[in-house]
Amino acid sequence: MKRAALILVLLIGLLLSWAAKDFPSWGNPQAPASSSPVSSHFIASTGVDTEVPNMVTAVLADYRGFDTMFETVVVFIAGLAVVSILRGGPTRRTRDRKFVVDFEPDLIVTNTVRLIVPVIQIFAFYVLAHGHVSPGGGFQGGVAMGASFILIALSWDLKTALNRFSIDRCFTVAALGIIIYAGIGLLSMVLGGEFLDYAHLSQVLPVSPEMARYHAMLGVEIGVGFTVTAIMFALYASLSTDGRMQDGL
Amino acid sequence: MGLELFNTLILSLLVVVAILSLWVRDLVVSAAVFAIYSFLMCLLWAEMGAVDVAFTEATVGAGVSTVILIATVFNLKRKAKD
Repeated sequence: MKRAALILVLLIGLLLSWAAKDFPSWGNPQAPASSSPVSSHFIASTGVDTEVPNMVTAVLADYRGFDTMFETVVVFIAGLAVVSILRGGPTRRTRDRKFVVDFEPDLIVTNTVRLIVPVIQIFAFYVLAHGHVSPGGGFQGGVAMGASFILIALSWDLKTALNRFSIDRCFTVAALGIIIYAGIGLLSMVLGGEFLDYAHLSQVLPVSPEMARYHAMLGVEIGVGFTVTAIMFALYASLSTDGRMQDGL
Repeated sequence: MGLELFNTLILSLLVVVAILSLWVRDLVVSAAVFAIYSFLMCLLWAEMGAVDVAFTEATVGAGVSTVILIATVFNLKRKAKD
């Protein structure tokens, strides 16, 4: 059986590598992705339409903002699903943990973490706020922010981290992130545009329609950052304790 | 030439690391090897100029998902059966 599986995997691998030679070579200007009129349209008009230097962020948060909104919702639902499935009912399996983690927080580790957590969090804010100009944005900044809370949980214990950022608060913050995102979309709808048509926000912001799109993208990224931060930490807290939310790693 | 060599090196390391991550029995080691895989992918993205993707791969792939995998392994049997 195992041998059959190996042969099957090798065959599929061969098939895939055989198909891979039909791909255009990397950086080929004749490749469909480069020669399509959509690409040249975005390259030409992103800077004019939105004043955002980082085209990736402009496409992600503005041109296909609807898509990104539901990506955020998917992250939220995934976190919700993991936490609620692992929380389980009364039939929780009570298998003994293979590794009993029972230790005092280490002095050197906790003091190092005390020093670097603020740096990580400021870097996360920088990544989030600078997403238009340089690589980065809500997802990356949110993950870095969530990682700082995970670091607190790893170096002290989960209880210390949960005291700062409880699971209920996680989901409040995560839902708030989606509300911020959808709220910006709805606001532009109320102001006469379509859903997530940020240019109409210039009626309430003292800026040009182009700069309104620029700033609305920042707002949207902040919403994404909220959701991703909270869900990353909730995922860790739930998975590391088998859903019990206590005596974790 | 330099980039060609770099790509070849990274891609062959990727194959080695991918096989290694399935080959090792210890799931914690497997998770750590996955982190190496993600980091190599991140280098490759960065070299191709897709810095946004590289950034995401570094934070999500090499960072948080490794922590989450290891945290999960600690609630399972550490050795894989096959």
